[in-house]
Amino acid sequence: MAASFQQETMEKSLDSTLDSVDFADQAAIEFARKVGFDEDDQNSISMAVRECMVNAVAHGNQYNARKKVYLKIEAMPNSLSILIGDEGNGFDENSVPDPLAQENLLRQSGRGLLLMRAFMDECEHSARTPSGTLVRLVKRLQES
Amino acid sequence: MSVTMTTRQVGDVTVIDASGRITLGEGSSAFRDTIKDLVTKGDKKILLNLGEVSYIDSSGIGELVSGFTTVSNSGGNLKLLSLTKRVQDLLQITKLYTVFEVFDEEAAGLASFN
Repeated sequence: MAASFQQETMEKSLDSTLDSVDFADQAAIEFARKVGFDEDDQNSISMAVRECMVNAVAHGNQYNARKKVYLKIEAMPNSLSILIGDEGNGFDENSVPDPLAQENLLRQSGRGLLLMRAFMDECEHSARTPSGTLVRLVKRLQES
Repeated sequence: MSVTMTTRQVGDVTVIDASGRITLGEGSSAFRDTIKDLVTKGDKKILLNLGEVSYIDSSGIGELVSGFTTVSNSGGNLKLLSLTKRVQDLLQITKLYTVFEVFDEEAAGLASFN
């Protein structure tokens, strides 16, 4: 990490499209590089951000052109924090079937949350007002 | 870049060489269409080479699983070849390494069907 590192924040309101998924992915990778994450970690962050954005665009906002996705990325000296919010009907983590249960292994969907948790150090969901879900993803630099 | 799928016949095994990204949208639908087409034609021994696939998201994983189920339900077998480390990690995390037969070498993959 460079000694001259400056904390940097980006905040955006994005359309509910797959182009927004690509935009958030690229922006997160750019911020991750600034923090000093290696390529493996950049890939992990990219994977988690894409999963989270797809959830917001497809499941939360259901591609509704009138609904926006909120994106905030903060690069800090030793970590990267990403907030992604949708304007959907909310989300109950406990309602997602366990994708690792034997009877669910051949389900076509339901692995996004598992991947976000696997690739990030923190993954928290909360309800937004008046509606929707806000997800906070955090990745910390590991001491070498 | 989305995914590119090319198929070739080696004996009675159909090898699919995939390259690019299998993600929500174009990438995953191209994969689905290729599998459906092969199954419709009656192909039952399918070896999917993922050596040049740089990225798969959960939607892409879903398509792999769906392809596996489609081929199995038609009485066939879908096996995987040449996984990158990233794809290997994904199969570990999702426990799908317990579902798919995976080969590092094409010759071993081909031989496993007979």
